[in-house]
Amino acid sequence: MYKIIRKKKLAPLVCLFDILAPDIAKKHKAGQFVIIIVNEKGERIPLTIADANPIEGWITIVCQAVGKSTYTLNDMKASDELFSVVGPLGQPTHIEKYGTCVCVGGGVGIAPVYPIAEAMKNCGNKIISILGARTKDLLIMEDYMRKVSDEIIITTDDGSYGKKGLVTDALQELINRGDKIDLVLAIGPVIMMKYVSLLTKKYNIKTMVSLNPIMVDGTGMCGVCRVTLGEERKFACVDGPEFDGHLVNYDELMMRMSMYKNKEKIALENYLKQRNQKCL
Amino acid sequence: MAIEIKPKVAMPEQSPEARIKNFNEVPLGYTEKMAQEEAVRCIMCKKPQCISGCPVEIDIPAFIQLIIEGKYAESARKIKETNTLPAICGRVCPQETQCELKCVLSKKFQPVAIGRLERFVADYEREHNLVEIPKIPKWNGKKVAIIGSGPGGLTCAGDLALMGYKATIFEALHQPGGVLIYGIPEFRLPKEILRAEVGYLQKLGAEIKTNYVIGKIKTIDEILKEYVAVFICTGAGLPVFMGIEGENSAGIYSANEFLTRVNLMRAYRFGEYDTPVLDMKRVAVLGAGNTAMDAARCSLRLGAEEVLLVYRRSRTEAPARIEEIHHAEEEGIKFHFLTNPTRYISAGNGHIKAMECLRMELGEPDSSGRRRPIPIQGSEFIMEVDTVLVAIGAGANPLLTKATPDIAVDKKGYIIIDEELRTSKKWVYAGGDIVTGSATVIEAMGSGKRAARTIDKDLKSI
Repeated sequence: MYKIIRKKKLAPLVCLFDILAPDIAKKHKAGQFVIIIVNEKGERIPLTIADANPIEGWITIVCQAVGKSTYTLNDMKASDELFSVVGPLGQPTHIEKYGTCVCVGGGVGIAPVYPIAEAMKNCGNKIISILGARTKDLLIMEDYMRKVSDEIIITTDDGSYGKKGLVTDALQELINRGDKIDLVLAIGPVIMMKYVSLLTKKYNIKTMVSLNPIMVDGTGMCGVCRVTLGEERKFACVDGPEFDGHLVNYDELMMRMSMYKNKEKIALENYLKQRNQKCL
Repeated sequence: MAIEIKPKVAMPEQSPEARIKNFNEVPLGYTEKMAQEEAVRCIMCKKPQCISGCPVEIDIPAFIQLIIEGKYAESARKIKETNTLPAICGRVCPQETQCELKCVLSKKFQPVAIGRLERFVADYEREHNLVEIPKIPKWNGKKVAIIGSGPGGLTCAGDLALMGYKATIFEALHQPGGVLIYGIPEFRLPKEILRAEVGYLQKLGAEIKTNYVIGKIKTIDEILKEYVAVFICTGAGLPVFMGIEGENSAGIYSANEFLTRVNLMRAYRFGEYDTPVLDMKRVAVLGAGNTAMDAARCSLRLGAEEVLLVYRRSRTEAPARIEEIHHAEEEGIKFHFLTNPTRYISAGNGHIKAMECLRMELGEPDSSGRRRPIPIQGSEFIMEVDTVLVAIGAGANPLLTKATPDIAVDKKGYIIIDEELRTSKKWVYAGGDIVTGSATVIEAMGSGKRAARTIDKDLKSI
C-alpha cells in the first residue's frame, strides 16, 4: 500500500515524492495535507499535498530532512512502500477571486504555496509570487511556480540568485510600488510568517498563513496542534492549517514546535550513526 | 446449619513494586484450578438476576455451568453468542456496577467473580487454539458501512456478519480498536489480545479499512451510494481542556494525546519506536475517571517519580472503577481530592513548572446529580509539577457531524437518536460515546448490537 512511484531530489536534504493514493488524489483540495508513517515503528507526521493527479491516482509531497522521520523518508526510493498515509486532512484553502494575490513561499514552504497559487490563478486572480531561499541551491519548485504566476520575484539571503535579501524586503518593495494587493499568502518558517504578517498588518492587507505544529492524530482528537488565534484556541489539524496571519500567536507556536528538540536530537544522532554504519 | 459462602477467589497480580517498571498486564488471570473454585461459588439461582445486569445479556449461569463441567472452549462460545469480545470485556467491564452488583450473593457476601471467569474462558480458548468460527449465513447481497472500529463498531460488524450482511468498518487511525488501542494501556488490555479479537471479527467477514477518515476522504452521502446503511460510532474523541491561563505551556497534554503516544504509538519503547513523550518527574493528572487512572499509571511506568491525581470532588464521586483506583493507590499515586487548578505557571522556556490550585468543598448536587464543588476562598496553594495530563472528560468530535449537517446533533455536538438508534438522516444510525458522551466499552458494544438489529429490521421492512 502507499507505493512511492517517483522520487526527485529538489535540493540538498529536500526530496519530492509521488505516492500512489487514488482516493486521496481524487478527493483532495488545495491547502490540505496528509499524515504519514514511514515504517511500522515510525511516528505520525503531517506533510502538505503539493500536487496530485486524480486520474493516475497519485499525490505529491515534498519533504525536508530535519529529524529522524524526515531523514528516513528521504532515504526511501521509488517502488518502496510507506506504512501509512491518511488524508486529505485539514480545511481546504478558501479560493475566491480576490483580485491580486501575493504568494510568499520561504524555503520548503514553497511546496504548500504551489497548489494554492495554482487554485487562485485558476479562479482568475493575478498571482505575484515571492520565493525565498537561503541560497540558490536551496530554491525549490521555481518551474512549478513560474507556470502559475503572473510575476515572480526571487530572493536569496546570500544574493546567489535573484535579489539579495529576505522575502519581507521584496514584499515591502512590492507594497511601495503601489499595486493594490488584495491578499497575501505566506508559508514558510514560522519566523518568516510572523514577520510577513507584522508587515502586512501595518497596511491592513488580508494575510493567510499555513501552520505546521507538531501533530499526532490529525483529526482533532488529541490537541497537540493547538494554537492561539486572537483570544481563541484552535486546532491546526481541523480548524486550519490556514489561519488569519494577524491573529496567530507565533512566539507560542515556535515554543511548542521546539518542545521535543532534546528527544529529536537523540533520535537523529542514533539514526545517522546507524545509517553511516550500514554504508561502511 | 447456615450455608458457608467462601470469598471470591483472589486474582493473582504483579506486585506494585514490580509492575510500575513494566507495561505487562497487572492481573495475571485465573489458573484452571482457581476458575473451578470460583465457578462453584455460583448458586445457580432459579431466577438469575445477573443476566439483566449485563448490557448485552450474556447467559451467565450457562457459561459458568460449562466451566464447572470443564468445557472451557464451549463456555467461551456460549458467551460469544451474545458478546463477540469476551477477552476484552472480562478485563475492562465494570462488573461491580453491572452483573456482579445484581448477583444475589453480593447482598451478604462477595458476588461471583463473573468478569474473571469470562476472561478465563476467553483466554483459554485463544491460548489453546480452540477458537471456532461459527457458521456464517450466505451473503444476502447487502453491504453496511460502519464508521469507527472501536468496541461499538466491531460488535456491530460481527453481529451483521452473523445476519448475512457484509460489513465494512472505516477507521480514521492506522490500526483498529479505537479506545481499545489508543486509550486503554497495555497493562490493562494487551494489544495482542485486541488483535486476536479483531482477527476473529475479520474471520466472520467484517472488512476493516484503516486510514479512512469519513467526512474527509468520503462523505456519508458518497458512502450511501455503495452501502445500504451506515452506523456511526466514532466515539467521544474531542479533548476537553480547563481553559485556564497557561494551558498551552509545554508539558501539558490532553489525556488523549498522552495515551495515544504511549499506547497506540508505543512511546514507552521510544528508541525502538519513534514517537516520544517528554521526560517527566512530577506529574499532575486532572480528573478521577478511568482515563485519569490510566494516564497516571502510564506516567509512573514512564519514569515519573511522583504522580498526583487532582480532582475537584471527593473520592465518593470519583467515576473510575474502584479496582483501578485501588491499583493506582497501590502503585503509589497520591490523590488530592477537593482540589482544582486555577492557572498554570511556566518557566522562561515555556515549559510548565507549577500549577496554582484552590481547595474545594461540596455543596448541593448539580445537573449531573453529583455534589457541586465550591471553591474555598483564600485556599490557593502552589503545586510544583513538570507535566500535567488533563483527563477531565472527552466531548463529541465534530469532524463527521460538521461535514454531514443533516444529522441532527444536540448543543454539545452529540448525535440525536430515537430509541432504536436512528438518526435524523435516513439509513444512518448512531451509537456509543458520540451519542451518550463518555461511557463504557460494554455500553458501546450494546449499542452496536442494537444498531445491527434495527438496521436489519428497517431493511427487511422496505
